[in-house]
Formats: sequence, structure tokens, C-alpha cells
Amino acid sequence: MLTIDRRSWMLRIPLGILVLVLVALCSESAWAAPQEADPEYRALPFISSRVLMWAVAELHLMFAAFVLAVPIFALVIEFIGYKTGDRRYDQLAYDFTKLLSVSFSFTATLGALLTFGLIVFYPALTQYLVKIFSWTFLPYVLLFFLEAFFLYAYYYGWGKLSPRLHLFLGVMLNIVGTAIMFIANAWLTFMNTPNGIDEMGNLTNIWEAINNYIWMPINIHRIIANVAFGGAIGAAYGAFKFLGAKTLEARAHYDWMGYIGIFVAICALLPLPFAGYWLGVEIYAYDQSLGITLMGGTFSWLFIVQAVLIGNLFLAANYYLWLSMARIPGAERFRGFIKYLLGIITLCFIVWATPHSLVATVEEARAMGGSHHPILNVLGVMSAKNTAVNLLILTTYVSFLLYRRANKEATVSWAKTGNWVQFGIFAAVVIYVVFLGVYGYFVDAQTRIGLSQPQVMSVLFAMISVTVIDIFLFKNAKSRGEIVWGKISARSQYALFFLAITFTWLMGLMGYVRAGMRQHWHVYGVVRDTSVDAFTPTLGYAGGVVSAIVIVFFLLIAIVFFLAGLSGRKDWEPKSGSRWSKAEASAPIDS
Amino acid sequence: MNLFMLLAIAAAMVLIQFVVTRWVKLNRLAWMGIWWAALWAAFSYGINPPLPNSIIVLFMAIITIALVAYLSADNEELKQAKESIVRFMVTRQYRVALLIVMLVIPGAVAAWIFASMNEAPQPPSSGRTIHPPPPSSITFQGTSINLTTANNPIRELQHTDEAAFAEHVANGRRIYFENCFYCHGDNMEGAGMFAHGYDPLPANFNDATTIAMLQESYLFWRIAKGAPGLPSESTPWSSAMPAWEDFLTEEEIWDVIIFLYEFTGFEPRAQGMPH
Repeated sequence: MLTIDRRSWMLRIPLGILVLVLVALCSESAWAAPQEADPEYRALPFISSRVLMWAVAELHLMFAAFVLAVPIFALVIEFIGYKTGDRRYDQLAYDFTKLLSVSFSFTATLGALLTFGLIVFYPALTQYLVKIFSWTFLPYVLLFFLEAFFLYAYYYGWGKLSPRLHLFLGVMLNIVGTAIMFIANAWLTFMNTPNGIDEMGNLTNIWEAINNYIWMPINIHRIIANVAFGGAIGAAYGAFKFLGAKTLEARAHYDWMGYIGIFVAICALLPLPFAGYWLGVEIYAYDQSLGITLMGGTFSWLFIVQAVLIGNLFLAANYYLWLSMARIPGAERFRGFIKYLLGIITLCFIVWATPHSLVATVEEARAMGGSHHPILNVLGVMSAKNTAVNLLILTTYVSFLLYRRANKEATVSWAKTGNWVQFGIFAAVVIYVVFLGVYGYFVDAQTRIGLSQPQVMSVLFAMISVTVIDIFLFKNAKSRGEIVWGKISARSQYALFFLAITFTWLMGLMGYVRAGMRQHWHVYGVVRDTSVDAFTPTLGYAGGVVSAIVIVFFLLIAIVFFLAGLSGRKDWEPKSGSRWSKAEASAPIDS
Repeated sequence: MNLFMLLAIAAAMVLIQFVVTRWVKLNRLAWMGIWWAALWAAFSYGINPPLPNSIIVLFMAIITIALVAYLSADNEELKQAKESIVRFMVTRQYRVALLIVMLVIPGAVAAWIFASMNEAPQPPSSGRTIHPPPPSSITFQGTSINLTTANNPIRELQHTDEAAFAEHVANGRRIYFENCFYCHGDNMEGAGMFAHGYDPLPANFNDATTIAMLQESYLFWRIAKGAPGLPSESTPWSSAMPAWEDFLTEEEIWDVIIFLYEFTGFEPRAQGMPH
């Protein structure tokens, strides 16, 4: 006969809560409202169905982003290990991949919940979208099966298959995952910028419906953002393991893992603002009303919040690099540069976060002569913002460059010339970027938008050309000592947590902006929102919901971390004297 | 800019750097405090007209984060800063100074609360949304106009018939001075004779961030529909703009739009982009 011990209560309490919730949901009063035969919407008793779907969709997206991102850089790391023969890379790639299987299950479960939720709570909208995109569902499901196959084969086949076959599985996993994302992106981007339909909303061309104005910008933006997000979460896992590490060896490994994770995240973060800018341009091009709602109207304050968060991301990324120099002999030579780098970052951060329309009392506004400050006004527009973000990117790159050469001394004969050439490239690009930013105030809007391209290209040119020179400059360089992995302060690991949380928050916030800019439309200009929720929530309320979603995500990701960590644990053994050990002791060996 | 104040702050910093440090050794924590105070003074008193308090708070928050990052980016400097705080709190030599700090901090908080409680009542400050989003189409005197595709019909005369274009500009000027300049001013800076009675003030068209960033169809919508036609989202709007469709014809509105751009020298935002 079974006895009830303390552990069984751990199961009973949540089950009891679940039963109570189900009873409450199924109670007569909760569902007493008369049901229409063919309703456009259905409501929930205690929570707005919009908020529920908002949370489920965002959580699904966050896990999906993670599941799509990790295989990209895990594959690259595995490939480096394969080419160099360094087993540490292989182990690192496997450590990242361990996080995938549980995350994949969460993604699929949340995706199913999202689909059921749409069918139950938004039947008319779902019906319309099904009518438009029915042709895409079958390939989506087939790809999903393939994704499951390749993902589990990639994970369980680690070390069991030949390296080449395993790398092939990784490539296929990435291709299939990206294809799935592209299909899902077509559905959601169609809701923002519908295309390929007639005036009555009937489908005329499925390809045009898929390839709508923002489909490709979203595809590119999401690939890059997913990698940044996945890298940051992977780095947070490294930090989590680092802080709990018992041995120097484990500390060194997880310090390295955190570094690689955040290196991936920063690399992806650098081009992300450009992809976002392209997306914004396409939204504006589709409909000025959407563009104005986004950048100049209702949601413009969220872009200031976004600027503050991204500014913090850049600052924290640089901070981590500066702290990381503690583990590199010879890095103290570059400590003096930090204050100048920080000065530029702070200045750019301030420019980026300066709003165009200021919060001011009536007296303050009168003193300014209107709602725009005559001096700050120039910082509130895209010319200033684009210049600031380009300089932020360059500064972060310089921090990385200093980190990279911290323990190296160039031995080539042209070292001095090489350094001057690198400095010259930086100086020329900074002057050019600032010139274009200032020039933007003196030309029409169309020309001004076009100036962002040479700004971006010149920054990319600087980063690529300086990197190429640096590689040759430090070929056969004299080493001042090996990097001492694990020799880093705990503050750096909290910076990694900060980065992961900020990335997630940013993702939730901008996801809301992208969906919310449709305002009272489900499908912009085609299917109107006639539900009780057809209003734009206040910024504070939206911020609260997004923050709650971020907390739930991290609770779930903590479960993923916990489960991923189980594989490294020792097998469970009964304590001596417990009923399990007695049972084992009395059990016949051959039974 | 208040150059006198900015120079005074810079001079004080130079004095500290080259004179004061001869007698007193300042650690990074002390420098952090000095920089914080200098920047606060520069933002609060060095810019004219003064920055709104919300902006000063935003800037100082960023600067505080940056200074804390700087302080803690070096293990040795952070250790020294922590030790100096502990030394200040436990060394007998600093007893009087510590007592003063312990009295000044709560005293300053009390004074701040007292001062804020005694301020005259003010209307709450609010962030103004400058550009309300236009609808896709409007009905103007019985005719539907698609704002996404609508172009100013007068604009093409600029290159095909300059004389006719100049006539439209002149007509726009007449309409502006008959109807608009009372609020928007004779130089379009939003300082007309009625402007002082409005909150927010009328738009300043000379500002490169107003009409220069908008399509002409947007201006048509704002002029035609005025405050009554503002969208239902993002309410409440604060606008006294009349709906000029009740007083002007479609052509007259396009004329006045042309005049606004001709007078200010700005180009309207072009429509559409390559997909």
C-alpha cells in the first residue's frame, strides 16, 4: 500500500489549484452569457481574451526565436570545432544545443495554444486568414515535422554520427527552421500591410499576399534579432552556470560560454538597427498613416523607451567587454581609453533618447516657445538618431577591437603604419557620418532618408576594413600571456543577465508596437476590429503587460535551464536507511 | 545657450583638475560626483531656454548609469571607492562630517517635500503627440479623397506652367493671410496674434521637423478637417484648428499648401517608396 509522503504534496498543490481554476472557468455564472450561433468573438470571464492572446503569441515568439537562433550559432561553433579539431568548441556547441529540446516543446505547445486561442476567441478573423493563406498550411506542417526530425536528430546524434553527417543535419535544421519562420511571417505581416487582395478583401494573388511590403524586412530583421536574442539567452545560461560553478574548470568553461554567447549577440546587434530602419521605411511607404502612428504618433513614446533600452544594451555590452579585460594579461594598457569610449557612448545615448515632442508643463512650453525646444529639437529627428546609432556601433566595435588585441603585440614591420591607417579609416568614417547627419537637416525628406544608406555602408566599410587589417597586423603577434578564463568579476555575469532581460523586454515591447500600430484593425484596412477590445491600451498598461510576459518567459526559461542542467548531474542514489535503499537491498539481483 | 554659465562650469572643472588636486587627492568616486554635479548644472542652467524637467531627469539618469558603469568597470577603482566610503563612516576623524551628512540628507529630502507641497497648483504636464495619424481616405464636400495616393494637383504646374503656378502661390498667400496668420503668424513661426491664448501653441512651419516631414495629402487632411476631424485614437487632442472645408474649396486648400512650402523653402515628403 502506498504511503503519502511530503513529496506527493508538491504534486497535489498545483493540481488542486488547476482544478479550482477549471471549476471557476466552467462555473455556470462564468459562462452564463447567451452564446451567439456564429459569433465574431468569444470572451473569457476573468481576463481579456486580447491580453491572453497577446501573452501567448509573445511567449510563442520568444521561444520560437530562441529555437531558431541557437542552431545558427551552435552550427557555426561546431563547424569551428570540426575545422580546428578543438574539442572545446564541440562541447560548447553541445551545451547550447542542450537548451533546445525543452524549448522546442514549449514553442510547439505555445503555438498550439495560440492557434486554438485564435479559433476560439477570434473565429471570424481566423476564418478570413485561413481563406487567404490555406495554401501555406500544408507546407508549414510538413516543415514542422522536418524541423522536429532534424532538431532531435541533431541533438541526440551528437557524438553518435559522423561529424560531416551531423553538420549536414545542423544545416538542414537551420534551413527548415528559417523556412517555417518565413511562412509564419507572411501571415502576420499580411495583417499589417495586406497585399494581393481586391477591394472586398478577396485573394487575387497568393504570392503578392505573402510578399507584402514588410514580409522581407521582417524576415531579415527577425533572423538577425533572433540571433542576438538567442546569443543573449545562451550567455545568460553561461552566467547562471558560472555563478553556481564549484570548480575552476567549470568557471572557466562557463565564462567562455557567456563570452561566446554575448559575442554572438553583439555581432547581431550591430546590424540590427539598419534592418529595423528598413522595416520602418517600408511601413511608411505602405501607408503614411501607419508610419505616423508608429514613429510620430501614438507609439512614438515607445520608441523613446526603445532608445533607452537599446542605449542600455550598448552600454552593458561595452561594460562587459571592459570587465572582461580583467582576464587578459596586458589589457591594462587600454584602460585609459575606457573613459573616452564611455563619453561617446553616453553622448550618443542621450541623442538617441531625446524625444522630438517633449513632456513639459505649460510654463516650460511657453518658455520654449512651443512643444519643441529650439536646441533639443534637432536631436529629436532621424538625422540625429541615425548618426548617434552609427557612432554607437563604431564605439562598440572599438571596445571589441581593444579587447581582441589586449594580450597581443604586433611584430610585423608595418605595425605603426597599420595602426595609423586604422585610425585614419575611423576618423574619416566618423567625419563622414557626422557630415551626412548634419547635411540631412538641409535637404528634403526623401533625400534625407536616402542618406542613411551611405552612413550604414561607411560604418560597415570601417568595421570590415579595420578587421582585415587587424588580422594581418596581429599575425604571428607576440603574446603577453594567455586569457585566464574564469578570472572575471561576478558583476560581468549580472551584466549578461541584464543584457538577456533587456533583449527580451525590447522584443516584447517592439512586438507590441508592430501589432498595435494597426490600432482598430485586425487586418489593416480590410478586417476591422469590432470587439470590446478595439482600443489602443495606454502606454503604461501595455508596458505592464509586456513586463509581465517577460517575467513569465524567464520563469519558463529557468525551467529550461534547470532541465538542461540535469543531464550533467550525477545519477540519483537513495540515502542510506531510506525505504528505497532497503527495497534495493532486498531485491534479488537477477529479477 | 547660456555661455556664461557653461564657461563658469568649465572653469570650475579646470580649477579642480589643476589646482584643487594639488592639495586633495580625489579618487574616482569623488570625480564621479564632480562630473555628475557639473553636468547637472550645465543641463539645468547652461541652456537657454531652459530644458523641461522631464528631459533633465532623463539625461541625468543616463549619466548616472554611465558613471556607475565607469566606476565599477575597474575592480581596483571600485575597491578604492568602497573603502573610502567605509573609511568615512568608521574613522573618528570624520565624525563631524558624517553627522552633517546624516543630517543634510534627510533635511534635503524634507526641504524638497516642503517646497513641492507649497508650489502653486499647475496643470499636469503631458507628452503631446505631434502628428496624429491620418485616415486612409476622407470625404471632402461630398467627394472621397484617398489620402494614401492623393497628390497636390497644383504641384505639376511647377515645371509645366510657371506663370500659372505663381498665380496659385499668390492665391495661397492671400488665403493664408486672410485666414491662417492670426494663429500661425506672419512668418509662419506659430506666433500669430491669437497664439498666446492657445495651449499647445500653433505649429511652427519654419521648424524643419513639421511640414518638411509630411506629405501634402497629410496637410490637406489637417486643414480640411481641423480639430473636429482628429482621430479617435490618442485622445484627448488639444487643438483649436477649425475645419476649413466649411470655408475653403479643395483648390484653395491645395493653393495654401503650395504657399506654405514656397514660403518656408521646404519640400514636402514624397509619396510611396519602392517595395
